[in-house]
Amino acid sequence: MMREDSRREDSRREDARRDTSRAAISLHDLSFRYAPDAPDVVQDITLDLPSGAVTAILGPNGSGKTTLLHMILGLLTPRRGRISLNGESHSHRRTSHILGLVPQEEPPAFNLNVLETVLLGRAPYLSLLQRPSERDYATAFRALETVGITALWDRPVPALSGGERQLVILARALTQEPDILLLDEPTSHLDVGNARHILSLMRDLRAQGQTVIFTTHDPNAAATTADHVVLMRQGRVLQAGFVIETLTAAHLSATYDVPIDVLQDRQGRLLIAVY
Amino acid sequence: MSAETQAATARAAQFRRRLWALAGVLLLGMALSLFLGRYPGPYFTPPAVLRDNALARTVVLNLRLPRILAAVLLGATLAAAGTTFQLIFRNPLVDAGFLGVSQGAAFGASLGIVLLGGSAAVVQGGAAVFAFLGLAASYLMAQRLRLGDWVLRLVMAGIGVSAFYSAGTGIIKYLADPLKQLPDITFWLLGGLWAITWQDVLHILPVVLPALAVIFLMRWRLNLLSLRDATAFSLGALPGRERLVMLIVSVAATAAVVSKAGQIGWVGLIVPHIARRTLGADAQAAVPGGMLLGGLFVLLCDDLARTVLSGEIPLGILTSLIGAVVFFSLLLSNKLELKR
Repeated sequence: MMREDSRREDSRREDARRDTSRAAISLHDLSFRYAPDAPDVVQDITLDLPSGAVTAILGPNGSGKTTLLHMILGLLTPRRGRISLNGESHSHRRTSHILGLVPQEEPPAFNLNVLETVLLGRAPYLSLLQRPSERDYATAFRALETVGITALWDRPVPALSGGERQLVILARALTQEPDILLLDEPTSHLDVGNARHILSLMRDLRAQGQTVIFTTHDPNAAATTADHVVLMRQGRVLQAGFVIETLTAAHLSATYDVPIDVLQDRQGRLLIAVY
Repeated sequence: MSAETQAATARAAQFRRRLWALAGVLLLGMALSLFLGRYPGPYFTPPAVLRDNALARTVVLNLRLPRILAAVLLGATLAAAGTTFQLIFRNPLVDAGFLGVSQGAAFGASLGIVLLGGSAAVVQGGAAVFAFLGLAASYLMAQRLRLGDWVLRLVMAGIGVSAFYSAGTGIIKYLADPLKQLPDITFWLLGGLWAITWQDVLHILPVVLPALAVIFLMRWRLNLLSLRDATAFSLGALPGRERLVMLIVSVAATAAVVSKAGQIGWVGLIVPHIARRTLGADAQAAVPGGMLLGGLFVLLCDDLARTVLSGEIPLGILTSLIGAVVFFSLLLSNKLELKR
């Protein structure tokens, strides 16, 4: 088990090096404020988020992570700067083919079942009046299988546990067949078991070539799961790069403003301790 | 095809069968309603009478038939608009009247009765115009409010605009001639279909049919619009714009039927609940199911309204009374799911 983990760790770093050449998302000189007279919540961010890797955007609450994600989605318009996906800018509709979002928290408003919820992921491919076809159902079932909840397909989403619900939302994003999967704090309201399950699913998806970008305020989630990490604080990027080089005690302490230690076990796995 | 896919397909077919069965029940109910009434004898009109009695034929074809159609259109519209509102506001406790629309219609009708002569066209026009002004005022006010999210702002604006209108209606009632105008206002507010003619049905059709068609055709999309803004946007929707279109469509249809029928309470609120509980929360089923159930519910109430007593019972009283009974029996049933 330990040896296998170690091997996985090595191959992970190997893969990460190989893939840095292509940027899935390029941000250029990006700034944003919510009102003309308010301070910038995102400031002068220039950054390439690599393709085919897992990238964690890590920072304390209120550091601008979700705002950044919403700008990438096109939901917020930057005050200044440029965003390109796979080297270009796209229409809203095309963007929804490229980016799939797992939002921070999504309390279901009505009693839709799992399949009905996941099928909504086909919306980017359907016109206003179109309804999902048999092929869309097949795509939805494939996504349910990928995350391992096929058996839950007819259960009402409000009756599910928090962990199961997160899997449903992940399956919906996968049904979108996006090039890039964006997850906003995917583990913040899950217990350790469910959090680990989601994080390892993200690794599995990446092994199949999926680009994954997630925000988190938990350095350990970044350390166990990401190839790359972006450290954010007060709307700025402090550091960005490979996990092993970026997640240092000095960088993390500066990001969170508390003393943080980074330990490493024999397999090279990082463990982040906060004192 | 996996077992689950097959089960899902079978489930979809089952829902379709239920909807068709419901449509059949509605058509049957409409046909039977032709033979219910107070002429020539109370309650039931035997088909043989229609052959022999020319006046009875006229009553059935020129009074009952348009009234039956109007009742079904009224119920289907209120339920469809209510379902739409509940979905786009992510809130099961709203209907198409709450954004100043119901109170606006009441104000417009009262204004027509007291200050503008009280002809049918003026009353109906006033109700429709002020219903729309209610929506517009709520919407514009909501854009200026600076608290909460979009839904909360609209709800607050709707409450405020409704209060303005009900104050205005109160003033008009106070000024109204208590012998001639006040009873007209009261009767309008109670709602009913006693005055419906073919012409009235033809008046509302050009608004109601396209609106129902849009809501029906957009039924799957409405699920998407019930998600939060960021999610709906990430799935390719333009939630603000699409919701506004659905709001206008729903209010247009509601204003059209309310201008003819007066205030008909509870249909837009309660029927969508029943449709979701019996046919499923997926708007694909709940929207057409709500239309059919709404049509059936108002048809039934209107049959009672025009048949039970020799005088007309105001329809709004019956829909509220029966709606409240159904509502409490739903709340008290132990099968109630706490999640909507």
